[in-house]
Amino acid sequence: MRFSGFRVIKEALTGHKGWQPLWRNPDPKPAYDYVIVGGGGHGLATAYYLANTFRKARIAVLEKGWLGSGNIGRNTTIIRSNYGLPGNQPFYEFSMKLWEGLEQEFNFNAMVSQRGILNLIHTDAQRDAYRRRGNAMLFSGADAELLDRDRVRDMCPWLNFDNARFPIKGGLMQRRAGTARHDGVAWGYARGADRAGVDLIQNCEVTGFRIEEGRIRGVETSRGYIAAAKVGVAVAGSTSRVMEKAGLRLPIESHVLQAFVSEGLKPLIPGVITFGAGHFYVSQSDKGGLVFGGDIDGYNSYAQRGNMPVIEDVIEGGMALMPMIGRARLLRVWGGIMDMSMDGSPIIDRTPVEGLYLNAGWCYGGFKATPASGYSFAHLLATDTPHETARHFRLDRFARGHVIDEKGMGAQPNLH
Amino acid sequence: MLIPHPLLGPRDAQEFTYLGDAALLARPDGMAEGALGAFIDYVYLRDNPAGVHRELWFHEQGDRSWLVVTRNTVTHEIIDAQLARDVALARKGAVA
Ligand SMILES: Cc1cc2nc3c(=O)[nH]c(=O)nc-3n(C[C@H](O)[C@H](O)[C@H](O)COP(=O)(O)OP(=O)(O)OC[C@H]3O[C@@H](n4cnc5c(N)ncnc54)[C@H](O)[C@@H]3O)c2cc1C
Repeated sequence: MRFSGFRVIKEALTGHKGWQPLWRNPDPKPAYDYVIVGGGGHGLATAYYLANTFRKARIAVLEKGWLGSGNIGRNTTIIRSNYGLPGNQPFYEFSMKLWEGLEQEFNFNAMVSQRGILNLIHTDAQRDAYRRRGNAMLFSGADAELLDRDRVRDMCPWLNFDNARFPIKGGLMQRRAGTARHDGVAWGYARGADRAGVDLIQNCEVTGFRIEEGRIRGVETSRGYIAAAKVGVAVAGSTSRVMEKAGLRLPIESHVLQAFVSEGLKPLIPGVITFGAGHFYVSQSDKGGLVFGGDIDGYNSYAQRGNMPVIEDVIEGGMALMPMIGRARLLRVWGGIMDMSMDGSPIIDRTPVEGLYLNAGWCYGGFKATPASGYSFAHLLATDTPHETARHFRLDRFARGHVIDEKGMGAQPNLH
Repeated sequence: MLIPHPLLGPRDAQEFTYLGDAALLARPDGMAEGALGAFIDYVYLRDNPAGVHRELWFHEQGDRSWLVVTRNTVTHEIIDAQLARDVALARKGAVA
């Protein structure tokens, strides 16, 4: 079943009786060539590119709950490529380019909307830092513009420009950045993988690995043993728990990040806006809700819910930046578990166990990475060599001293 | 979350800043054989358990003491809090 405008009209005229499920719901087979653990965005994208781009077969995705039940369905949907370091920025720009062609490629409406991201500037030092970041973005082939105060005012006259402590002095704009429908991304990749023959197996928790003489043989699951020549793990916040079963201790802590949505309002916010003097960022969904968030709670957590102090902190940031937000009613607050790495950057690499591969450490920025992460992980699984743009995301970079510390915070996950 | 401070009684967790796993108290000996590997582990690798976790909290807005807090990372329940100084000294005593 292909989606098209014609198809929508036809279904509308025939009582919507022709729509079919987007994917099969198969039982696990005894053996596969490739097993991907984790049916979130990254796992599904990996399976999609393995089957469609790298032309591999006998692939399964094992998901402990339902597809997209983790962070892919919990994030604030921002996509951007405005990083500063050479180890990161080419990768995120590769991801941005994949986003730009994604919906045509997998024939699914993921509501990719390049409505732009505006990082606000409040001090002269911050302007220097953003100018440098903008130049790093331009070097990687991305777009960046430094806006002065008047141009920001033209776009968003309702921002609090004259806040005594944090006056707005301008902003760094990436127009190609924006948002995408997070669930739609998971569903699009899932459907595309399923159509290429990948078995998407839900309610199938991986509980252990069978390793013989340093080589992976398969995985133990809640639905029995499944043999596999290669296993790729992409379980986000559960990474330490899962990899512990393969005897690995990782440079990762799990932390909770909260997000918020208000009642639906008339169109107001043109793109994504980030407050430069506190932890607050906001965009408006197509349904009208203000979607916003801030910092992680800051302590190790697997609870998928956070606490009041961070809620207060985020709301204070919102009030400082756009006081009118105080008139909106908060609809929902939720949390997801982040795999915070020791330098704030991800890992896409082999592990000391032959045939076992790791995709992790996405912190709170892994949604925008979904296409490139899936592509690069599939590249690694298929060819045993890292993808050009992901070659710095090595597991041993910490031991070698080649950390990719975008914020310069050191080995302190709750500060990244 | 309320942290039962051993000297001050229950205090709001907001008064504290969080450092991480209390295993950080056991800093390796930089002069020992194999110190490089031990430091890589110490600085970068974490157990990151789902469940009971012993961790370091600093009472920054309070008496500026370091505490070892035992907390459940799945439920956020706080089980115990001790002065990190006492924990470290007891450890030293046990090692000596
Ligand atoms: C509140 C919030 C806001 C965010 N905002 C943004 C944003 O604006 N922009 C951005 O780029 N990123 C954002 N992120 C980060 C982003 O959502 C994550 O980095 C990314 O989704 C992680 O990759 P994933 O989609 O594969 O993870 P997940 O969707 O969590 O996938 C992992 C899957 O593994 C499964 N799993 C776990 N253990 C097992 C097991 N033993 N066996 C089988 N399956 C298992 C889980 O059930 C889960 O479905 C945000 C995250 C949160 C929580």
